[in-house]
Amino acid sequence: MIKNGTRLQSQVCDTQVIVVRSADSLDDLRIGGAPAVPIGDEVDANLALDEALADGNLMGKRYVDDAGAEVLVTKAGKGTISIGSTPLALKEAKPLPASD
Amino acid sequence: MSISLLLEMAQDAGPDRTAIVDDELRLTTSRLSALADGGAGLIAAAGAGHVAYVGTGGALLPLLLFASARAAIPLTPLNYRLSADGLRALLDRLPDPLVIVDDEYRDAVGDRYRTMSSAEFLTSAETAEPAAEFADPDAVGVVLFTSGTTSRPKAVELTHANLTSYITGTVEFSSAEPDDAALICVPPYHIAGVSAALSNLYAGRKMVYLRHFDAQKWVELVAGEGVTSATVVPTMLDRIVTVLQTQNVTLPTLRTLAYGGSKVPLPLVRTALSLLPDVGFVNAYGLTETSSTIAVLTPDDHRAALAASDDAALRRLGSVGQPVPGIEVEIRADDGTVLGAGEPGELYVRGEQVSGKYTDIGSVLDANGWFPTKDVAYLDAEGYLFIGGRSDDTIIRGGENIAPAEIEDVLVEHPHVRDCAVVGADDPQWGQIIVAVVVARDGATPDAEELRSFVRSQLRGSRTPDRVVFRDELPTNATGKVLRREIVSELNQHRTPEQPAATQGAPA
Repeated sequence: MIKNGTRLQSQVCDTQVIVVRSADSLDDLRIGGAPAVPIGDEVDANLALDEALADGNLMGKRYVDDAGAEVLVTKAGKGTISIGSTPLALKEAKPLPASD
Repeated sequence: MSISLLLEMAQDAGPDRTAIVDDELRLTTSRLSALADGGAGLIAAAGAGHVAYVGTGGALLPLLLFASARAAIPLTPLNYRLSADGLRALLDRLPDPLVIVDDEYRDAVGDRYRTMSSAEFLTSAETAEPAAEFADPDAVGVVLFTSGTTSRPKAVELTHANLTSYITGTVEFSSAEPDDAALICVPPYHIAGVSAALSNLYAGRKMVYLRHFDAQKWVELVAGEGVTSATVVPTMLDRIVTVLQTQNVTLPTLRTLAYGGSKVPLPLVRTALSLLPDVGFVNAYGLTETSSTIAVLTPDDHRAALAASDDAALRRLGSVGQPVPGIEVEIRADDGTVLGAGEPGELYVRGEQVSGKYTDIGSVLDANGWFPTKDVAYLDAEGYLFIGGRSDDTIIRGGENIAPAEIEDVLVEHPHVRDCAVVGADDPQWGQIIVAVVVARDGATPDAEELRSFVRSQLRGSRTPDRVVFRDELPTNATGKVLRREIVSELNQHRTPEQPAATQGAPA
C-alpha cells in the first residue's frame, strides 16, 4: 500500500497530489485517465489527457473514495482524479471558524 | 507531508499577497518562501542537529519554521522570559543546536552554543545558497517544551504529519477573503504561536504580529491593519475589555475573536460578548501534545447558549465545544471504563494531529492510540465537552475528590470577585483543605464569610472553601495559566494560626 505523505503527479496535466490517507485502492490512482506517478519520476510522453476524465480538480481540496482513501490537491490541473475510471468525490468540509 | 508544502501551496495561490506584517517588515508569500530557502541553506551549512530560537517571534517564527523544515531539521522556539540558567538547561537537552537569538537575549544564551543573531539570520537568508529538502512526514518538525508549571518541562515532539494533519483537517485552503488579517500576539514558544503561523498562511490570511502584548496597541493595530480575526489568552481578553470599557472605541473590522490557553472566567466572556455584539467568539481548547486545537465552541454555539432558556444549553457557554474533524474523544474512569454523558473522568483523545510523544520518555499513547490529557472533563448529552481543570489539581479533602473548577466557576460569578483560584493546602486533619484565593473587583471589598456562604448556597457543603484569602493578583505564566503550585507552596508556608482551618467547614 502506498505510504501516507507520498506525493504524486499526473502524467497528462499539471495536477499534483499528496496522499493524506492511504488505501489499497490508491494503487490504481489515475489523474486525467493516466496512472499517477511519484513526483520527479519520468512521465510517458505518449500518454494524453482522456477527454472523458478531464473535469479538473481544485487546489487545496481533498478527494476521497469509498475505501477510505484521501488525497489533497497540492497543484491543480485539468484531469479528473479517479480510481480506475471512477472519479474520486470532493470531500465537503464543514467550515470551522479561525481559532489560531 | 512536510509543513514546507503548506508554504509551497500558499505561494502558488498568491505569490504577491502580503503574508506577514511585523512592525516595519512586510513579507509576501514568495518573499517568505525565498527567505525560507535561504534560511534552510544557512541551517544546512551549519551542520546543526537542531535549530533553537530565543526571541520574541514576529516574522522570525514562520521564517524559522519553514527554513528548518526545508533543512529537515527540527525547530524549538524557547521561552525568552526564562532565566539564563533556565534557558541553558533546556538548550543542553537539544542535540547540537544552532541557536538563533534576538540581540537582547544573547547574554542569557551565553557562548556555549553556536549562535546567530536573528537580524543576521534574516539578512544572510537573503543571499545564502538555498536548500530545500522535503522532510519525511514522520520526522519531527517542531519540539516544544511544556511550561513545566507542575514538573520538569517535557519536550513534546510534533511530527510534520501531526502538524499538517491538524492544518489540512481543520483549515480550508485559501478560504480567507482577500482583506482578511489575523492579529497574532501569542508567544512563539507556545503551540498556539506555531499553529497560528501555519493555519493563517494556509487559509491565505495576512498575519499581523504584535510581539509584546499591550491592550492599547492591540486595539490600535486592529484598526490600523483592518484585522478580521485574533486569538487571545484570558489575561489579554481581560485587558482588552478594560480598554473597550474605558475608551469609546469599537473594532469594526473584527469578525472572530478566539480565546483559549487556559480557562476564561464566564463573566468576562459575557462582558466581552456584550461589548462586541458583532464579533463571533470562538473558544479553542487544545494541548501542546495535540498540535493545538482539538475542540471548538463556535460563534453560533456562543449565540445559542446566550439565547437559551434551558439549563443544559445555557451551560454550554462554559464548554469548549465539540471535537474538530479527525479527533475522537473519550472520558474514562480511573479503572479505564469509558464513561457516558454527564459523568466526569479523564479526557482521552485520538487523531493524527495527536503526538503524545516526548524526547527521552517516548510515546504515552495507549495500545489503541489514545492520549491521556490529564484533564478532568465530561461530555453533555449533545456531545459538548466541558473541561474541569488538571487532574493533578484535584483537591482531596477527607478522602473526597473535589475539582477546583467547580468552585471557581461559582465564585467568579460573585459581583465582588474579579478572579480566583481554588487550591488544596496541606492540613493535618483533612489531608487537604479548600482555599479560595480571590482577587477583588476594583473598589470592592468582599467579605470572606459572605463568599463562603455564596458557594454553600449553590454547591454541596463539602465544596465550601475552608479559607478565603485575598490577593492583588494571581501568579500566572505568559499564556495566562495560573501557577497553582506557587500559590499552594506559599499557603503551606504561611499557615495563619488565628484561622485554624480544621475547625471550619466540616463536610455536610
